[in-house]
Amino acid sequence: MDFKPTIVSFLCNWCSYTGADLAGTSRMKYAPNIRIIRVMCSGRIEPTFILKAFREGADGVLICGCHPGDCHYHEGNYKCLRRFHLIQKYIQQMGINKDRLRLDWVSASEGKQFAELADEMTETIKELGPCEVKNTMEKLDKIC
Amino acid sequence: MGEDEKNKKPKLKMAVYWGAACGGCCVSVLDVHEKLFDVVAAADLVFWPIALDFKYKDLKAMPDGYIDLTLYNGAIRNSENQHIAMLLRQKTKILVAYGSCAHMGGIPGLANFSTKEQIFDRIYCDTESTENPEKIKPQHIYKVPEGELELPIFYNDVMPLDQVVCVDYYLPGCPPQTERLLEVFMAIVNGSELPSKKTVIGAYEKSQCDECERKKTENKKIKKFYRPWEIEDDGETCFLEQGVICLGPATRGGCGTRCIKGNAPCRGCYGPPPDVSDPGAKMMSAIATMIDANDPEEIENIIEQIEDPAGTFYRFSLPGSILRRKVV
Repeated sequence: MDFKPTIVSFLCNWCSYTGADLAGTSRMKYAPNIRIIRVMCSGRIEPTFILKAFREGADGVLICGCHPGDCHYHEGNYKCLRRFHLIQKYIQQMGINKDRLRLDWVSASEGKQFAELADEMTETIKELGPCEVKNTMEKLDKIC
Repeated sequence: MGEDEKNKKPKLKMAVYWGAACGGCCVSVLDVHEKLFDVVAAADLVFWPIALDFKYKDLKAMPDGYIDLTLYNGAIRNSENQHIAMLLRQKTKILVAYGSCAHMGGIPGLANFSTKEQIFDRIYCDTESTENPEKIKPQHIYKVPEGELELPIFYNDVMPLDQVVCVDYYLPGCPPQTERLLEVFMAIVNGSELPSKKTVIGAYEKSQCDECERKKTENKKIKKFYRPWEIEDDGETCFLEQGVICLGPATRGGCGTRCIKGNAPCRGCYGPPPDVSDPGAKMMSAIATMIDANDPEEIENIIEQIEDPAGTFYRFSLPGSILRRKVV
């Protein structure tokens, strides 16, 4: 059977979610593997959210925020960027490929870019195959 | 009259047990020093392998719910740890996960970066001082002419206590501060109302920073991370502001900032504050925002200086964290 990845995507309310909305209202076609969660700012995305997504069975996590300098809250996206680099280092230590976590900037007018990004991310994850985190956890739960 | 009443009051039955632990938690119980007399006056120790000669069969022979209070320290590493944890659960009214290992996995939990095979290969074959040409490793069952010998099963994973049995309370720390233990113990002896089940006792709600006496500013900015030996600590400024990783912001208070008072940064043994499921993730979240750079490359260079994020931020909590172990 074809592997259909599940990609959890956190989009900031002001730029990226509007961008994704634009892709939708413009009837652009893109891979249906992205599950969008709207947050007020990419700076709101805690590492816990990302880890929990992997734990619950996400094969990839995509974070989108406003372009640097454009954050509605001035510097939320920079905070996100700093966390992203640290989390990426951490998940690699935990045996998760770093390409499973991606951060990109999508503005409100970049519907097309969002659609392309969704396709690209889906391709990357398809190549990597399913993420083993959830399986590992289920096996662990069976021990006791 | 007062004395008589005291004598009439039935003594508490107490047990202390160690799973995968270093023994420090048991020693912290002994650290009550002369207060030990108060403890012994109020409680009978019915099972304590490190100090008293009781056997597992004695524990098995006790009726269910016979023990009032059990302090279980250490993580679950093998089938023996799990077996006794389950047995103690059955025999105990109040089961306390005592210390970091029972709380969230502790230092033994760092073994979750490896598998059982990797650990056995290293220990029994590859260490520099080992000579084992036939690659003999411990077996669960081994047949000898006299019969079968049995060893506990070594698990692939280390688990905190609450992943194998229901835990009533958690008393964190590596080891827990003895004063905190005494407070809890006296509360139980005096029949005070206990907090709701499954909560952390013997620690505060607020973080270490709240207790810490070092000079702090609101906006912490870090341009470079230092290992403690790379920098001369001035003895009074917040460690984070000096660029030394200190887990205070994501760690519960209650220890009296012992490490910080000894001029060593907090390593997080008291576990996360209430409502935080993953202390390491919270700490990463906090520390990343302190990085004083906006340029992706510069950020990456600064983060590169954090040698081992998983080991640093999850030093005491890997098996109890969201990802629990390295995926292999």
